Amino acid sequence: MRQAEFERRYASLWDSFGQWLENRGKRRKKGEPEPEGLSAAQVPGVFRAICSHLALARDRQYSPFLVDHLNRLVLDGHQVFYGASTSWFSAPWRFLAIEFPQTVRAERQLVWLAALLFFGPLIGLTIAIQFFPGLASLLLSPTDMGQMETMYRPEADRLGMRDSSTNVMMFGFYIWNNVRIGFQTFAGGILLGLGSIFFLLFNGLYIGAVLGYLQQIGLGEQIWSFVAAHSGLELLAIVISGAAGLKLGAALLSPGRRSRRLALVENAKVALKLMLGAALMFVAAAIVEAFFSPLNLPDPRPKYAVGIILWVLLLAYFWRAGGPRAAR
Amino acid sequence: MNSQIGATAAAGSNLDTVLKVTTPEGIELALHPAGPVPRVLAWLIDLVWRFAVLFVLLMFLPMLGDVGQGIWLLVFFLLDWLVPAWFEARRGGATPGKKALGLMVLRDDGAPAGWNEALTRNLLRFADFLPLMYMGGLLSMIISPGFKRLGDHAAGTLVVHKPSSAPSAPVPSVDPEPPPAALDLAGRRALLDYAERYPQLTTERAEEIAAAAAPMLAPDSRSPAQRLLAMANHLLGRARSESGSS
Repeated sequence: MRQAEFERRYASLWDSFGQWLENRGKRRKKGEPEPEGLSAAQVPGVFRAICSHLALARDRQYSPFLVDHLNRLVLDGHQVFYGASTSWFSAPWRFLAIEFPQTVRAERQLVWLAALLFFGPLIGLTIAIQFFPGLASLLLSPTDMGQMETMYRPEADRLGMRDSSTNVMMFGFYIWNNVRIGFQTFAGGILLGLGSIFFLLFNGLYIGAVLGYLQQIGLGEQIWSFVAAHSGLELLAIVISGAAGLKLGAALLSPGRRSRRLALVENAKVALKLMLGAALMFVAAAIVEAFFSPLNLPDPRPKYAVGIILWVLLLAYFWRAGGPRAAR
Repeated sequence: MNSQIGATAAAGSNLDTVLKVTTPEGIELALHPAGPVPRVLAWLIDLVWRFAVLFVLLMFLPMLGDVGQGIWLLVFFLLDWLVPAWFEARRGGATPGKKALGLMVLRDDGAPAGWNEALTRNLLRFADFLPLMYMGGLLSMIISPGFKRLGDHAAGTLVVHKPSSAPSAPVPSVDPEPPPAALDLAGRRALLDYAERYPQLTTERAEEIAAAAAPMLAPDSRSPAQRLLAMANHLLGRARSESGSS
């Protein structure tokens, strides 16, 4: 069949499919009738027909414009047919209640590893500074130290912030800063996991230096009562971000029986779930850290209590929430 | 000789950046991945408009005092990490910069990117930035087929040139005339390519190209370009017009 005959025979079919694609994108007002043209039941058949037209047009070396036109129709159709993605994003509650804790449990080896890389230096340095105070100055500049001493002095109205700042400003700051650190810890993992390891170690050391230094100069009560409430959410969020990054690195280091390319795509899906859950934890931590933690209560015990309760709830959540993981 | 031609054709397909995606219908779709230059330009445009938004906010938010500062940092965070992902997942696969350059993000299988893909590739942009000024991403783009930066590798996405929706220019209609000899596939294709480009060429240029074929044509009153068009019409299978006569 010559091209002209081919076009004459099928052009109306192509046009009607193009028209259907166009109408699909438009939002109809209520009561407006269905646009004329193809009905939903006809569309798959028409799409398959156009696919075979494209194959024929290529095989018969019809002109490039015709082939491009059909290629575009098929591409658009392909996107409509296969584009519908079922995402955990559309079911946030299900994600929080079931998928996130299940994923954390499924990846517990990486989570433990990340926890070791983060809490190891944190706790180690906090304790070490009590015996060797000079260690703090390796990570903290004298300006940092001075600023901290003012932020956590016992007579401060609110802890952890400069006097001129407000809670809302600190909330913005914590989101911008902490979630960014989480994202960086995650993203660095694609470099064979090295970036995640670096950020876990570095943040562990830095936090350890701050805690150790303030404890050692006698502002222990202020700093511990400030960090108590949000510590569980924030520290575990960093650990899970790191585990998500390590999951990316693991795809390249031990892809198993998959190509590295495929392993990376598959692991990234799991890692993204971890990272999204961690990001939500960062946001929750920022709310607590900006609005509750800075209160300089005469008695710090309520804040310690909130902190302990949150830790217990979080650990229980990761231990049990969502039930046993179904076989994949 | 034949093997040499085959080798040239294979080299040609290696040079070309078109990616073929096989659909469940059993046909191949052609995707045209975008190289570093348009993507850098798109990134620059995105950088400029985001910077502009932040700058305008910086002028007005101080009226709210410290609260404004907090809001500003929140907006900074959103623009930096999440807004590009929202554009790519929910706004036709393109940030404003990509839209301006006619690019869009697709999954490797040619389907549009969803939230998963968009978030993965945008969160990993930080890794592409390393060690400085997106060197990592550029290197990854240069060495991987489909110009994928690290984020694209993990998300399984491609940045492609959006197929242009320009209506096809029809081959000018002239009375058909069979070619002087039977043409092989490549010859037919070349003839059709020429005929479809004809409307975009100046007359002089069209004649200049057609002159290459002139020695093969029997002498005639019409110009070589007109005769090539006539042959293209023949290949297309167009009917002789009623009024036409020769």
